[in-house]
Amino acid sequence: MSDIEQRVKKIVSEQLGANEADVKNESSFVDDLGADSLDTVELVMALEEEFDCEIPDEEAEKITTVQQAIDYVSANLK
Amino acid sequence: MLQDQIALVTGASRGIGAAIAQALGRNGAVVIGTATSEAGAEQITQALQAAGIKGQGLALDVNNTEQIDAVIDQIAKSYGDIGILVNNAGITRDTLLMRMKEDDWDAVISTNLSSVYRLSQAVMRPMMKARQGRIISISSIVGHTGNAGQVNYAAAKAGVSGFTKSLAAELGSRGVTVNCVAPGFIDTDMTRELPEKVRDDLLAKIPLGKLGHVDDIAAAVVFLASPSAAYITGETLHVNGGMYMA
Repeated sequence: MSDIEQRVKKIVSEQLGANEADVKNESSFVDDLGADSLDTVELVMALEEEFDCEIPDEEAEKITTVQQAIDYVSANLK
Repeated sequence: MLQDQIALVTGASRGIGAAIAQALGRNGAVVIGTATSEAGAEQITQALQAAGIKGQGLALDVNNTEQIDAVIDQIAKSYGDIGILVNNAGITRDTLLMRMKEDDWDAVISTNLSSVYRLSQAVMRPMMKARQGRIISISSIVGHTGNAGQVNYAAAKAGVSGFTKSLAAELGSRGVTVNCVAPGFIDTDMTRELPEKVRDDLLAKIPLGKLGHVDDIAAAVVFLASPSAAYITGETLHVNGGMYMA
């Protein structure tokens, strides 16, 4: 598992109160991990903090699964 | 009751805001009060010190987002995260709509309503993380009854009530409560400006037969900030001597 993947999964599990083992690449925040709309906003803010980046709203909307978060961070990390 | 909690009160140099700052402090909170001028901020610092309350006054224009961010930052560094926000700062620019300038409208909406948006947004993140917090805005009886000569003020205060209900719905799952206290006719500099005839007419409409005191409002704020009010959110607590019964 890459470093980014590991950090993303750790944040997802912390933010959504999910067991790390349940946080799979294909997991959807809302459908699989039980996130509500506020959770997803908080999750994006936590990712921004962890990776010291800013995720625009229109991009944030497209991040609905763990893999999409990993892809976004990998593509945009300075 | 509010031991070690950090409270931010806007417009705290006089009137209702000053009474709220003192009352929160008496109940154990660390209080940061804001005023538009440095002199006002200094006055708050002295009033808090004189009462043995931890905290200070800071200069802040609630219309300026950059200043708000700077003040929140400074508070976080000096004291910690804000657990109680009291949106109290407000102005009036009373005149009949026929004569009202757009500037009179804009100034009142920005200071009395948009500031609630700016400050609430600035403090909510740590509250969400902590899974607790109190956002209390001072609205007004006028936002519920309307008042000739105050279309701007009444619109802003009614707006605060709608804002409060919506934010309460957004933050409920995070243990943050959002409420209003709606003062009636309180004896302050703001109401002392009214012509005597207007004051007498208003008094006749108050079942309790007297003006409210700033401490009546402060007590309501302390209650909403306290653990006792944990299950109250999206609500407006009217403190008006019976002048308006919701």
